[in-house]
Amino acid sequence: MTNVNEVATSLPLTHTPPASGSRVELDQLVRVYGSVRALDGFSLTIEPGEFVALLGPSGCGKTTVLRQIAGFEQLDSGRVLVNGQDLSNVSAQKRDMGMVFQSYSLFPNMNALNNVAFGLRMRHQRSSQRLAKAAEVLEMVGLSDQAKKYPHQMSGGQQQRVALARALAIEPQVLLLDEPLSALDAKVRAELRDQIRMLQKRLSITTIFVTHDQEEALSMADRVCVMSKGRIEQMATPAVLYRHPNTAFVAQFVGVSSRVPTLYRGGSVDIFGQACTVRGDERPTEGAEVDAILRPEDLTIEPDPQGIGFVTHKSFLGATTRLVVQVRETPVRIDVRSDQGEELELGAHVNVKVISRDVLVAARVENSATQTA
Amino acid sequence: MASIGVPIGDFIANEEAGIDRPMPLAGARKKRRRFSLWRFIVLFVAGAYFLIPIFAGLKFSLQDISGRFSFQAIQNLPSAPGFSGAFWLSMRLAIVTLVVSILLMVPTTIYVHLRLPRMRRLMEFITILPIVIPPIVIIAGILPAAPLWAKSSPYLLSFLYVILSMPFIYRSLDAGLSAIDLKTLVEAARSLGASWLRTLTQVILPNLRPALLSAMVLTLALVLGEFTMASLDLWTTIPVWIVQFNTASSGHVQTAASMLGLIGTWVFLTIIVSIDRSESRKSRRKTGTL
Repeated sequence: MTNVNEVATSLPLTHTPPASGSRVELDQLVRVYGSVRALDGFSLTIEPGEFVALLGPSGCGKTTVLRQIAGFEQLDSGRVLVNGQDLSNVSAQKRDMGMVFQSYSLFPNMNALNNVAFGLRMRHQRSSQRLAKAAEVLEMVGLSDQAKKYPHQMSGGQQQRVALARALAIEPQVLLLDEPLSALDAKVRAELRDQIRMLQKRLSITTIFVTHDQEEALSMADRVCVMSKGRIEQMATPAVLYRHPNTAFVAQFVGVSSRVPTLYRGGSVDIFGQACTVRGDERPTEGAEVDAILRPEDLTIEPDPQGIGFVTHKSFLGATTRLVVQVRETPVRIDVRSDQGEELELGAHVNVKVISRDVLVAARVENSATQTA
Repeated sequence: MASIGVPIGDFIANEEAGIDRPMPLAGARKKRRRFSLWRFIVLFVAGAYFLIPIFAGLKFSLQDISGRFSFQAIQNLPSAPGFSGAFWLSMRLAIVTLVVSILLMVPTTIYVHLRLPRMRRLMEFITILPIVIPPIVIIAGILPAAPLWAKSSPYLLSFLYVILSMPFIYRSLDAGLSAIDLKTLVEAARSLGASWLRTLTQVILPNLRPALLSAMVLTLALVLGEFTMASLDLWTTIPVWIVQFNTASSGHVQTAASMLGLIGTWVFLTIIVSIDRSESRKSRRKTGTL
């Protein structure tokens, strides 16, 4: 089987890339469905050629943002600007956006080649010209041998690659990806993920990618926008988002973390008998009950028969093993080297130490003692 | 061979484990034979129920007055007084009904699916009303209310037939639209620059072809067989002509006309199905997956 990444990199790019991607500005978008504010003053600027992922739980408004950009829904207020041009009142037909949908969206009555050529036909390109270009783009996604096949004769991964080719063939101003990988199996998803990223970089096309899968968002995007309740929680590069989350929501949604109940006193919190400084500008009030939010790699353990916690669960992850250690009423996730993890039996007592210099704290959640994310 | 009713995985596992279990093959075969026999009996009874009257009608239409085999009734049909007028009127009404029904119901059904999905239940209820309300009630209500110019035109019947055919057309289209991801296809076409008209003609309608064809066949059969409304509106369509035609050999000719109507609908249905099948075969052959 042809490796899609090899295909994407090895082929000469005769498909004309846009000179540079388009700048997208979303200005105070508001969309209300009944009593629900799906978008609540959502503002975002995406630089030309940038790959931005909108990440968030179901119902946070990420797909609504994408649909507003595509022009499939009317805004209650706010503006969508592409290269400074206000598209808020322009129909979807005239917005020049390429979109790949979550469900397989190929036209069942057309073969792969005609599906890819459809957008060019709508732009009144001559038959020979559009078919040649469609064949070229299909080759770019490694599917030139599937050109005559109909959607029902192709696998899910192939269909999504044809859908990607169809979106790219029209050389759109912006490429919109609405969870295009979610219906695929893990292996195909990983392949297509790499291929999308590679093509996006080569074509320098501004891309907005909606996903609820943090691994996809962190591995593909230049910047990730974490959303909650129609607003941006944090917009940053994947590394910053993971290492320096601004809010407890981001810390819990991105990556794995444990909430440890504690008290804020004198600028620090006490975690398992260890004083740790608090990260961030916003400080809790003196004596406030808070939760410290800890990544698995923020902690380390030492086997100790008199230790404060004991191992309740082990998950082998390859180079590391993730342990769940019960410290009093709080389950805490800790990553250790797998050789160290293998030596620990379930029920073994350990001491837990914080190794990070500072920790993020958040307002106490009622059942935080038993909560991990 | 894995026995019937035993999952292949379990069978292999049992074989490997050396488990000696009685093969339920004979019992299953017996059960299947008994089941097949019942199916055959049901099929035979249902077939007889439908085919015996048709066979009797066909036999009668192929006999002369003395009871001998003859094509005379069929040969006499085109020259029978009033037949050709009734035939062409029925055809014209069928065509107008089909065109108006399709033009009215296709955009409506698509709109309901796309923009008003919550209205589907209401639409189902509305479209089933023509089945619940007898045609005689509809025509008795329409005739006194219709203006004279409408009453003097046979095409008033077409508009009434549109109402009568609504349950069949709506349900066929509804089933067809439910079978495709309409919203995504429309949005994909629109984002690629297609206007609404091109989205309809190049994306939606080609994928609705089987539903449209079945809707058209049902409507055609309904129009060609409708008697009550045409009779009360004083227009001689084929069913009205069959009832009114009265000569010494009229029974044979009338039955021949009915049989031709039935066969005509079947032929039309067969042609449509064949076209649809040959199109799919062609597409499969093109892609080498025959």
